[in-house]
Amino acid sequence: MPKNETVDQLGLDEYKYDFRTEDAPVYKAEKGLSEEVVRQISAHKDEPEWMLEFRLRALEIFYSKPMPDWGGDLDTLNLDEIYFYLKPQDQMERSWDDVPENIKETFERLGIPEAERKILAGVGAQFESEMVYHSLKEEWEEQGIIFESIEDGLRKHPEIFREYFATIVPPADNKFAALNSAVWSGGSFVYIPKGVKVDIPLQAYFRVNAEQMGQFERTLIIVEDGAEAQYIEGCTAPVYTTESFHSGVIEIIVKPQARFRYTTIQNWSNNMYNLVTQRSMVHEDASMEWVDGNLGSKLTMKYPSCFLVGDRAHGEILSIAYAGDGQHQDTGGKVVHAAPETTSLIVSKSISKGTGRSSYRGLCKVYEGAVGSKSNVECDALLMNETSRTDTYPYIEIDENQSSIGHEASVSKVGEEQLFYLMSRGMSEEQAMTMIVRGFIEPIAKELPLEYAIELNRLIELEMEGSVG
Amino acid sequence: MSEYLLEVKGVHARVEEEGTDILKGVDLVVRPGEMHALMGPNGSGKSTLAKVIAGHPGYEVTGGEILLDGEDILELEPDERSRAGIFLAFQYPAEIPGVSISNFLRTAVNARRSEDEGDIGVLDFQMALNQKLELLRVDKSFAARHVNDGFSGGEKKRNEILQMAMLAPSMAVLDETDSGLDIDALRIVADGVNTLLEADRSMGVLLITHYKRILEYLKPDFVHVMLDGKIAHSGGPELADQLEEMGYDWLHEPEAAPVGQP
Repeated sequence: MPKNETVDQLGLDEYKYDFRTEDAPVYKAEKGLSEEVVRQISAHKDEPEWMLEFRLRALEIFYSKPMPDWGGDLDTLNLDEIYFYLKPQDQMERSWDDVPENIKETFERLGIPEAERKILAGVGAQFESEMVYHSLKEEWEEQGIIFESIEDGLRKHPEIFREYFATIVPPADNKFAALNSAVWSGGSFVYIPKGVKVDIPLQAYFRVNAEQMGQFERTLIIVEDGAEAQYIEGCTAPVYTTESFHSGVIEIIVKPQARFRYTTIQNWSNNMYNLVTQRSMVHEDASMEWVDGNLGSKLTMKYPSCFLVGDRAHGEILSIAYAGDGQHQDTGGKVVHAAPETTSLIVSKSISKGTGRSSYRGLCKVYEGAVGSKSNVECDALLMNETSRTDTYPYIEIDENQSSIGHEASVSKVGEEQLFYLMSRGMSEEQAMTMIVRGFIEPIAKELPLEYAIELNRLIELEMEGSVG
Repeated sequence: MSEYLLEVKGVHARVEEEGTDILKGVDLVVRPGEMHALMGPNGSGKSTLAKVIAGHPGYEVTGGEILLDGEDILELEPDERSRAGIFLAFQYPAEIPGVSISNFLRTAVNARRSEDEGDIGVLDFQMALNQKLELLRVDKSFAARHVNDGFSGGEKKRNEILQMAMLAPSMAVLDETDSGLDIDALRIVADGVNTLLEADRSMGVLLITHYKRILEYLKPDFVHVMLDGKIAHSGGPELADQLEEMGYDWLHEPEAAPVGQP
């Protein structure tokens, strides 16, 4: 069955970046999930026996767990209709001509460089700034930094890999973590040695010959004592993929005194179920920051988390979610204070437009003994229309009296007075809307690398186009 | 070209979808370079008139005409009226968190430039802005703050005057720009308006005010009194003094003559 029918069954709404490939006959493995598919994946990757066993165990766990019923609506997600593995060379077989005009136009208007467009559209195998990357890579290698695809990580650094892999997100954690553990493919492996400080962010773009961001990407990052680095992945441009299901697992270990920031911005087309588990373990005096932007998709369920396990560990989760027509962004963050004097901050901003819905879902847990811990949660929602919707589900569990937890939530509507004020200065209604939304996300946009912030602003502009009528 | 800059002719207006008119036939004309003060008690319709001139969507004009330079503007959207030359200094300006005054002003300046002109250069804009900040004696750091976010009453009004300076309207409507200001802030705002008037002698001003206080600093050519949705009385600057002394009550009797005028 061609992919389109799968897509149709999901009951899609129109989406600006949506597209169909009428005749892209790429080879795919069988649809649906089975032990055979898992074995194929493992064999294709030429993995050690322990990884195959790990995958098979995870598959059993996946089968044994019920679908989660507490978040977004997963009723229309039919896993039997999904291809769980695409050979990377198949992914590269698309040609630029196959990429729909509107996607090309969006790239154009976002000002994405040619080379990156091809990568984003899944038609380029090599990033043309390979030279730049090579000099960086040499520098990094001299410092002992490892930055590889997850497959190469397993192949070239089996000891480190095995020591940490699946220790932060074990397969039994949740149904989709189990699924990812069984069929993972693609993603990054990063190791920053003790005391090494990297100024230039490690960008997933730079991983030459990397497989495209897989449906079941798996990323493992280890930041040793006193090291500092940041990692950036994703792009505000729409991701061109024929898949309708993305379920990633990101694991990060931040050792004592280390600092790490993980920034991701993703913009899926609106047939996508995006269910991601992102978790970090933060040790003594270390600091971890998640900066997370979620645009597009049909349903995103994503709650980056920080487990603060060492004294004075600090965790931050900054997120923006944009829910357009027919989309549901169920996002937020999780902080677990499991040691004294740990601190955390969650700032979550969401925008809902048309029939879009955004939900903030957050957990703040303070264990007994986490004396003097402090947590602050701020979630702000902006509603663009009468039909848009937002909900807040803050879960707070505190077993230690000597701690302080703050929670603030606000919901605002784009007000007639705000619009009138801006329009009375000569701005069109569209410009006025754009300005209000940009202002709303500014506290998070300013934390993004400049080029991302600019792209995000342009994207908001595009989203506001034709929104007035 | 019309002799008049702004003509308000028999305007009736009400809050959208509500039964009764708030404006019940307002007539008012402003020639280039004239300053008119519009006074009157609370609820008489002064602020409604200001919003109706600027095109607030919450009000419905049920009769009459409003012309700018002889052209009917009632069908224009608020942004089109702004680009045509109308400026409303708000009594309660909205807050726009996360947007710097500088970015806000640049967008507003660009919105009134033609396609041929293109956007204003970053440097040109910065120079123009600095010049206005200097003229109004406002610290440069002001432009980096978010529009009205956490501003004091005085700062909000100063921001309105700064916008007026940058947008250089032909017809400015100042809606209770003086209310909620202490005497120092009031003087700064009044000085700002005077400075702009010196720079552009053809600008028309409609100054809506509740108090005579600001008229110690701004000298209108005409004073009007609004009562119950109509201009009840018009006169020269001396009218303001009479209002100060006698309040508005005597105006309810059409035949009553003001003191000192037999």
